Parts: sequence; structure tokens; C-alpha cells
Amino acid sequence: MGLIEHHTTFLAALREAGLAVSVAEGLDAVTAVRAVSLAEREQVRAAYAATVVKREVHRPVFDTIFDAYFPALRGLGEAVRRSDGSSAEPEPVRAVPAPWQVDDPVRLRLREELRDYLASGDERLAASIARDAVSAFGAMAGPVAGQPSWSRLSVLSRLSPQTLLAGLLAQLLGGRPDEEFSGRVVRSMIDARMQRFEHLVDADVRRRIAEQRGPDHVARSARPSIDRVSFGSATAAELAALRREVAPLARRLAARLAVEQRAGRRGQLDFRRTIRGSLSTGGVPLTTVHRPRRPAKADLVILVDVSESVLASARFTLMLVHALREQFSRVRTFAFVDEVDEVTRYFAPGTDVTDAVARLTEQARVTWLLGRSDYGRALHRFEQNYADAVGHRTSLLILGDARSNYGDLALPVLTRLADRAHAAHWLNPERRTAWDTGDSAASRYDAVVPMVECRNLAQLADFVKDLRL
Amino acid sequence: MFSSPDDVAAQLGAVGYLADTATATTVFLAAALERPVLVEGPAGVGKTELAKAVAQASGAELIRLQCYEGLDEARALYEWNYRKQLLRIQASAADAGADGVSWERTHEDIFTEEFLLTRPLLSAIRRDGPTVLLIDEADKTDIEVEALLLEVLSDFQVTIPELGTVAATRRPFVVVTSNATRELSEALKRRCLYLHIGYPTPRRERDIVLARVPGIAAQLAEQLVRTAAALRGLELKKAPSVAESIDWARTLIALGADDLDDAMTARTLGVVLKHVSDHERAVKELGLPALPD
Repeated sequence: MGLIEHHTTFLAALREAGLAVSVAEGLDAVTAVRAVSLAEREQVRAAYAATVVKREVHRPVFDTIFDAYFPALRGLGEAVRRSDGSSAEPEPVRAVPAPWQVDDPVRLRLREELRDYLASGDERLAASIARDAVSAFGAMAGPVAGQPSWSRLSVLSRLSPQTLLAGLLAQLLGGRPDEEFSGRVVRSMIDARMQRFEHLVDADVRRRIAEQRGPDHVARSARPSIDRVSFGSATAAELAALRREVAPLARRLAARLAVEQRAGRRGQLDFRRTIRGSLSTGGVPLTTVHRPRRPAKADLVILVDVSESVLASARFTLMLVHALREQFSRVRTFAFVDEVDEVTRYFAPGTDVTDAVARLTEQARVTWLLGRSDYGRALHRFEQNYADAVGHRTSLLILGDARSNYGDLALPVLTRLADRAHAAHWLNPERRTAWDTGDSAASRYDAVVPMVECRNLAQLADFVKDLRL
Repeated sequence: MFSSPDDVAAQLGAVGYLADTATATTVFLAAALERPVLVEGPAGVGKTELAKAVAQASGAELIRLQCYEGLDEARALYEWNYRKQLLRIQASAADAGADGVSWERTHEDIFTEEFLLTRPLLSAIRRDGPTVLLIDEADKTDIEVEALLLEVLSDFQVTIPELGTVAATRRPFVVVTSNATRELSEALKRRCLYLHIGYPTPRRERDIVLARVPGIAAQLAEQLVRTAAALRGLELKKAPSVAESIDWARTLIALGADDLDDAMTARTLGVVLKHVSDHERAVKELGLPALPD
């Protein structure tokens, strides 16, 4: 494959993965790559990244695809240099999994090296261990005879790095093992190195798959960027990344709402300040000064379904809404499954939202009998107990999947609430294609309160952006 | 300006800025392709420092445009010195009486170089010497100023109605920084190279601390960087950045500490964590001893 063709298929793979790479940026990338040394892989990576990746959330996807199209080495790689300077021959690939023995000399050696890496943090050592370990333990019998398939799990289970922890902790803490804080700091450092190592194993596994089945196979199976990951199906690492994204997102949205409120809605002319300002221009009022207009803040009432099926997404939406608290004069939150409870108190200013959601699910009285979501009962009870919460200045926001277990829907109640409120919105964490299947009453509720699909950060951001409260 | 990315790393290193490969390569490309570079990342990781270091390393003058809400053309580009113009009009009126001919002359007189107040953008374009233009916190500006930046950054020229078009004789090296409080427009991003500076790896951060804080022992720097990394792993409102690590190192030196044990960490945590809730979280999650009164 020629270089240009390689470049264009690489860009095509990036576009397929959701990066908006324009033609002009593609041309820029060519110019940039030509300016750096092609032999330096990290420089080529940086050159591509600088010209085609314009948002940090896309960076992990970019790196995966880059690694597939521009592999660091082919096959088994050159003889691996050890940290002590000597070089060792790479292990031959065992296309058929070798019977696994605890005292396998390769395993023991790799574990010893892994221990060294975890203690020292030497990146080059880690890369070489990952490479050797995948060669030794990563191969599994694949779908095509004679062609092994590669697996990270089999590598990690045989190296079992977790069992190295105890000894390492004692070694790194040196003379003062009783200090709790230092202990946890060291532990989190080792964890980070472990994660880094697993990441390297992943990358090497992907590289070998790319070599066998072509880079586009890896590109297609790459995880979507974090703003497209569904709240419900995120992995633990992605959940952490998502939580980190919520605060900046809220800050961005709040800043934007604030700017919009100021722009285009200037207050009365401040006559005195305009005239005073005109003194320096000989009495000609060149710039007019306006009084700032007081922003009209809305009340927000949130009704959130906290049953098992939607809790993951409710959590993120709640985090965002509470981060946006300063945009509203008052936020009241009600959680429900088949009973409704006001949970505003868990979200007092200054409290940690992660904690708040955790306490909410433990302590709030949201289940009455069955513990299955019952929208009808929840809405009736809400109207009975908290009818005064919704007024003409209130925006009503409902978070839930509209699956009421075939129970009563209480549409008249919802209609009354929506009529009374200034505005009403419904966020549904289910894919639109799943609406109205089974016990979902999505479109019947949608007829009363406009419903929006909201399963990832990008959709959530879009919703809040278009929101008029 | 620079001959290769490695050259960039070496030159920046000489003025005390330790750049990783991505940063060095992007700076090199920005200089080689004469393109502005948009730098994003959390506060305090060295975005502004990068511009200063490039200026210092290449012997260029640094011109800084600090962006803020309500920044307008007059403060970013140029404005006319009204007071001086008024004085001139009054002076010439007293000289020649109020006839038409002298008005023509006065009019020509008052829109000249003498009465032009150049602001950062125009200054950077008009300079003959090597220049680094730092447009700091571009996300704080309004959309209108961003549009203005677009025009200036793509052609490096400015049109002043009374004087004509001023084009750059020598393109400045432009660094645009942003904390991403607002998503910058696609158009601006397209014109710039993009660089995200995140928290450094522990190894690099240790080198930074050692370089920036003379007199700190390697052992202490190691402990400090380790702790900072652990704190970043928590979900904090404001995670400690490189700037805070450096502050912390200076604090520890000032206190004469040669070991960062639990008690010392508890005493000095306020240097790195700036929110009460963050303190509580660190104490809870990492098991810090309560501060003795």
C-alpha cells in the first residue's frame, strides 16, 4: 500500500470512528507529517494529533487507530533490550496454548520483571514485558486454523500481577509501613503503573490483531470516544472518565447560558455614566453604558426514576443538573420508584454529588411495596404530596425510561402537572428504537411531555444547550 | 526558528521548560508551518509558560493579549487617541480659522500614525523583530472577538479604514490558550494546530519540580509527585496541577522538611487543595490523620 493511500485510509478510519476530519485538515496533516522525521514514530503521532484531533475526548480513539495503522514494530520485534543492557531473544510464538504451569520459567521471569517495573516505573521495561508476555501467553487457537487469535485476558490471568502487590507495598514503603496515607499513596501509584501495563498489553494485542486481520478491523472495534459512550454500558474506567467530564461540561454550559442572558438583552441606558464617559471625547457620547438586566431565574423541579435499570444514567444527569444549580433560583429533586421522596437535602451546596447519589439510593424512601418502577403511582403520590412544588415559573424535568411494568400511566396527572409548569421535558436513557417495546410507554408520555433520548454526554450536552428554561 | 522537534525540546529545556514529545513536535510544526497553535488543558499545567518559554528560547519579544468577557476590537486591535485628536483640532482651529482648506488638512493630520494607539494584535503584526503573540484564555471572549481573531490569524493582516491594510512582514509565533470553559468555534480550531497539555507523567513532573525548585532532594520530590498523582486520582473539584506541585515543593523547603510523611502532608495540604470538600475527600479516601490543634 502506498503512503498516500495509507494516509487516506487512516483518515477514513478516523472519520468512521466519529472524528470530524475535514479535507483541509487532512492536507494540513500531510504537510505536518512531511515536516517531521518519518522515522520518529512519536513525532508522526504528534503531527497527526496536532492537525486532525481538535478535542481531547477524541484522543484515546485516535491513539488506538494510530497504533493500528502505524504499528511500533512488526511481528515479534527485534531482540528485546533488557534494562541491564543485555539483549534477549524474543520468545517464539506458541500458536497453540501451552499447558500452563505455575513454575513455567518464562512466567517466573516475566513476573520478576513486572515486579521491577512496578517498583521503578521504567516505561521501556514495561513495553518489553508486555510484548514478551503477549508472545508467550496471548495466543489462543483462533477461528482460522494455524492463525492464533490474541487475548489480553489470558496474558493477565497468567501473569497475575495482583499477587505481586503485597511484597511491593512493603518494599516501597521502606521503614514506615504504619503510615496510612503514604501507604495509600504508594498503592495508588502502583495501581496507576499496573493500569499502564494493562494498557500496553491491550495495545500489543491490538497490534497483532491488526497485523493479521488488517488495521480497519481494529479501527471498527475501537471503543467510541467518551462523549459517545452510553451511560448504561460504560466500563469502570469510562465511568470515572465520565464523572470527570461532568464538571467541565456544567461549567461550559453555565458560562454559555450566562453569556446568552447578557447578550441581546441589555438593560436601560445608564444616562449618568454615559455622559460622564463622554467627557473624554469632548461631550460626544461615543459609547453608551447600559444597566445590567437582572437575570430571571427559573425554578427547577426534577423527578428522577431511580430504579435499577436507569440509575446509571440518572446519576450523570443529576450530577450535571446540580452542577448547573447556580443557573436556577431553586432546584428541588424528587426520586421515585413506586413511591416518591424529596431528596433535595442530599444535594445541599458544597456536598459531594457522588456521595449524595450514593446516600440517596441507600436512604431515600422510594420503594413502597414491590420495588419496581410504577410511574402511575409515583405521579399520583407526587401530585398528592408535593403539588405545590410545581408552579408557573417551574421547569419540570423528568428522568426515566417510561417503563411502568404495565401499570397505570396516570396520564391525566402528568398533563395537569405539565400544564401548570412553565416548561416540561423528559429525558429517556433508552435508545429511541427501544421505545414502545415491551412495557415502555414512551410515545404516550411523549405526547404530554416532549421526550428526548439521552444516553451519552454528547446528547446530554445537546439537550441542555437547546434548553430554554 | 527551530531545526527539529528535538531541537525545540533542547532549547526549551535550556530555559527551564521541560517539553514532552507531543509539545516539542507541535511547537516545531507551528514554527515551521507558520501556524498558530491552540493549547488546551487544565489550569496550571504550563500553557502560558509554554509561550513564555518559546519567547525566551528564541529571543523573541512576548506580546500578550489577556482575553476577558467584554474585550472589544478597540482593546485587542487598535483605537484612535481621541483626546490628542481633539487637541490637534482645537490647536489648528486657533491657528488658521475655520475655513475648509485647513479642515481638509486637519482631517488628514488626525488619522495618522501619531494618533494611532496599537493594541496587542496590531503591535504583534507590525513588529519587525521576532515576536511571540500569546492570546491567553481565548475561551473567555465573546464570539465577535473570536471572529476577529480568525481574520487576524488566517491572513496576519488588519485593515484600518483610514490607513489601509497592515500586513505582517514577519509572522509572529502565535499561542492561543484555552481552559475550555467554552467550546471554541470549529473555524478557529481549523486554523490552529491543536495541543492538549494534561498532567505530566510522574517522572516528568519530578524532573519539572527538580528543575524549578532548586535545593529540593530527589527523594522528597519523588514523594511529593507521588502524592500529587494520588490526589489527582480522586474526584476533586480542583485537582492539583504542576503549578501547585511547585508551590508545595517550595513550601516544604521553607518549612525545612526533608521527608513528606503523613503529619507533614496534613499540615501542608492547603497548598495543593483549595476547596473544603476536596480536603474532606482526601482525608477520607487516603486516610490522612486529623490535624492536631
